[in-house]
Parts: sequence; C-alpha cells; structure tokens
Amino acid sequence: MAWARRAPLLPALVFLIAVTQLPFVATVVISFTRWNALAPDHRGFAALDNYRAVFTDPALRASVGTTVLLTATVVLVSLGLGLALALLLDRRFRGRGVVRTLLITPFLVVPVASALLWKHALYNASYGLLNGSLTWLWRLFGSDHPPQPDWMTNSPLMAVELSLIWQWTPFMMLILLAGLQSRPADAVEAARMDGASPFDVFRYLTLPHLRRYLELAALLGTVYIVQNFDAVFTITSGGLGTANLPYTIYQTFYQAHDYGRASAQGVVVVLCSLLVATFALRTVSSLLREEITR
Amino acid sequence: MTRGPHLPERAPLPRRQRRANGALGLLAWLCGIAFFLPVAWMVLTSLHSESDAAANPPSLAAPLTLHGYREFFGAGGAGVSPWPPLVNSLTASVVSTLLVLVLAVPAAYALSIRPVRKWSDVLFFFLSTKMLPLVAGLLPVYLVAQNTRMLDSIWLLVVLYTAMNLPIAVWMMRSFLAEVPVEILEAASIDGAGLPTTLTRIVAPVAMPGIAATALISFIFSWNELLFARVLTGTVAGTAPVFLTGLVTSQGLFLAKVCAAATVISLPVLIAGFAAQDKLVQGLSLGAVK
Repeated sequence: MAWARRAPLLPALVFLIAVTQLPFVATVVISFTRWNALAPDHRGFAALDNYRAVFTDPALRASVGTTVLLTATVVLVSLGLGLALALLLDRRFRGRGVVRTLLITPFLVVPVASALLWKHALYNASYGLLNGSLTWLWRLFGSDHPPQPDWMTNSPLMAVELSLIWQWTPFMMLILLAGLQSRPADAVEAARMDGASPFDVFRYLTLPHLRRYLELAALLGTVYIVQNFDAVFTITSGGLGTANLPYTIYQTFYQAHDYGRASAQGVVVVLCSLLVATFALRTVSSLLREEITR
Repeated sequence: MTRGPHLPERAPLPRRQRRANGALGLLAWLCGIAFFLPVAWMVLTSLHSESDAAANPPSLAAPLTLHGYREFFGAGGAGVSPWPPLVNSLTASVVSTLLVLVLAVPAAYALSIRPVRKWSDVLFFFLSTKMLPLVAGLLPVYLVAQNTRMLDSIWLLVVLYTAMNLPIAVWMMRSFLAEVPVEILEAASIDGAGLPTTLTRIVAPVAMPGIAATALISFIFSWNELLFARVLTGTVAGTAPVFLTGLVTSQGLFLAKVCAAATVISLPVLIAGFAAQDKLVQGLSLGAVK
C-alpha cells in the first residue's frame, strides 16, 4: 500500500537525484584534486589548495562583492518599481489590460536577446538609442555638440543592472499584483468608511497583507539573479569589474581549464546559496503552512 | 454588498477621485510605454536597413524593409542558416517539456491527492535543488559528456533541461492538484469509481489548465537557457540563444540583422506569454500565490 503510493513519486525523485545531486558530489570530489586540463600530467590530490586559492584570489573576492551588489541592487530596485507599478495597475482605468501587457513584455524577451538589445541598440556610444536621443535633443536646440557618453565603459555595472532591472521589474509587479488582488476588499471598504486616508489603508492594510508576497518576490528574484550569466556574459563579458560568480566559474572552467579550482569555487557558491536558500525555503514553507490550515 | 446612497462621507469624493484616477491611469500608461519602448525599438530597428539602423540621431521615418530578416534567414547569401539552431531549441524545449510532464504529474499526484508520508519534506527537497546554482554541477556533467561522446548532442541538453525544470513543475502541479476538492474524491470512491475513472473524470479536468501552465513555464525556461547550451554544445547542437551570441562575435555587428534575430528568437515566448499571462504569474510564483 505504501509502495503503491510512493511509486508515482519515484521516477521524478530518482531522475532528479541522478542529474543534479550526483554531479554536485563529483564537484566536491574534484575540488580536492589538482587538475588543470592544460597540464594533464600534474593531476593529483590537492587537499585544500584549491580552497586556499579561492579565498586568497582577489579576482574571486571581487566577484563575490560584485554578485552581492548586483543582486541586491537589481532585486531592491525592481521590487520597489514593481510595487509602484502594481499599485498603479490595481485600479480601474481605460486600457488597463493593454498597459499590463506592455509592462510584461520585457520579462518575455529571451534574456540573451534582451542583453544584446541593451548592449547594441540602446547603450552603443555611436548609434545606440540613448546617445541618438541626446543628439536629437541637442539638435532641437541648435547644438551640434551633444554629449555622447560611453555608457558601458563609464558605468559598466550599472549598465548590466539597468538591463536586469528592466527585465525583472515586470516579474515583481506580477507577483505583487496577484497579492493586491487577493486583498480582502471589504476590509479596505470598512477602513475607508471609518475615515482612513489612502495612505493609512496602504500602511496598515495593504502593506501587511503584501508582506508575504514581497518576501516571495524578493527571494525568487534573488535565486534567479544570483545565478545570472546571460547579461554579464553578453553586455560586458565580465570586464571592468562586472564579473559575478557564475561568470567567474565559467571562466575558470571554460577558459583557464582549471577544473580543480573551478570546482572549489562552485562548492563555495553552493554553500553561500544554501544560506539564502534556507531563508527562502522558510518563507515558502510558511506560505505552505497557511495553505494547509486553510 | 449593500451600500446605500445616503452615505455623506462618500458624496464629495467622486469628482476629485475621478480626476486623481485619471492622472494615475495616465501615469500607468506612460510607465507601460516606457517599459515597452526598448522592445518596440528592437522591432523597429529590425525593419530598417543597416545604414538607417546605425544612424545617429535615429531616423524614425526611415523606410521599412525586411532586409534584416532576409539576412538572418540566410537568403542574403553570407552567413550561417539559423534553422538548425532554431530546430535544436525547439527539440530541446519540446522534448524536455514532455519529459517534465511525464515525471512531474505522477509525482505531484503522490504529493497532493493521495499524499505519501512526509510529503512536504519531499516537496522541499525538490524545491531546494532549484536554489543551487546550476554552474556548480556543470563541470562533472561536461566531463561525463566528454567521455561518453555526448558533447554537442541535443539529447544531453534535453536531460539537463528536464532536471532544471522538474522541481518547479512538481511544485506547480502539486498546488494545482491540491485544488481538487477532497469531498468530490471521497464521493467518487463511495460511488465505486476506480482509480482510472477518478483520474480521467475528476482529476484531469481540474488539472488541465495547471498542466498547460506548467508546460508553458518549462518551455520558456528551456528556450531561454544559455549557459549549459554554450558550454555543452558546439557546431551541431547549438541552440538559438547560442546562435544569437555567435551572430555578433563572428561577423562584426549588423544591427538590423541582430535585432531581427532577437525578435524572431523571442517571438515564440512572447506569443505564449501574452496568451497565458495569468497562468504565467501563478506558475512563476511557484503556485504559492493564488
């Protein structure tokens, strides 16, 4: 009986363990070996050498900082913008459906395509839309010398962040909008009748109700943005201090062919992610508990 | 709801509120247009000639042409055909999505309708695999593929994409199946309905929209994936995103052509996403937000 119940679960469980957990175990093992594909004769047990290298490598430490900064900036800004947009869309106005569709679009563009779009069609110093608009504006006022900043060289990390914020704000908005629309309407109505100002309603009713949704959006966004590879790879190729952890590991493994060190980096990233994941799972589990008791 | 017309504190509100609502509606429209602008620009650029596309200031009134699209599809002569990568992407996305459904639906059934003991622990295990960076398992997968001559094979990507999307799919399907009312299941079993009847008559109709949403999410993530595809494929099994990155580095920059390519490759996801906006929200928030 118990086996009959468990049977439908097993294929998925076995498959997932085989494809995700076993490679990770292998990564841990490789992280203790000296193994560079360019020097195959020097393979051997390395003890903690790779880890020592990871923690003393200034480039890697820089990329940890970059990852934290990039993730925090993108998550916080797109969460704030997403909240503002969700509040705007949570009221009736003409063409609300169209506006929602317009706002969702950035999230649906394939990430590499969106990174290429920002890099070449918008940021490019000589023919991107940003500088093109500056030229147009300056000409409007009769000047032939518009400022033409090189966006990607001047502020490379911000260039990456801006494209990611553009892409992730709709995601935040969608989750928060779902949260707003599940807000009990009669409580809001009652508060209004009692003379509460719109700000009071937001502060004491909407915000507490949205807390779970804000947490969920932030955590999901973090999980995806920490792992971001496409934007960093495409827009700056990790140059000028924009290399985040996934990109650094990609380089150690794919360009430097240092398998041992890349594995050690991978293990460190996983340990850090576990910290975030613990919080994430706790939030999700509180949502789940709510659902069960309902 | 009964609200009488005799509420004095609501009387002065409408006109002021209507004006505020109008202003906020306008603001929402402006935000929507601002967010949509880069995409509109991408499509417009894709429809210009290369020289108009690279004009500064931008030439909004330039004549439209399908030149960029013809170049992208290889009719222009130079360049590599995008069809093999597009077919690769389609194969990897569709086959892995089917595999995901085959594995996830029974698992979700075992976690919701007739739950195994400690089902929530199992569910969290599934989800926790999603929290780990993909890049940490990449090297062993690469080495195994190298030794089994599976490098540059689309089937390797199919297996990896299935694993990548399975946790989310199980999670989503579970929350969709959890919506099947227990009373109906009990009533059915009292009426003597067997498992097949229960599944086809009661569970399937409720689960169908959920299965569609799960399939959509799985398809989108597979279609978008770049890191695995870039490291594990080469000339034969390269997917559309890999092809897109190669378009710039190998031939210098042709802005109209790149924009045409970006538009074509984004199109399947855009269409699917527009068609199923609500499902997308529900799915992306892992079914936890209803």
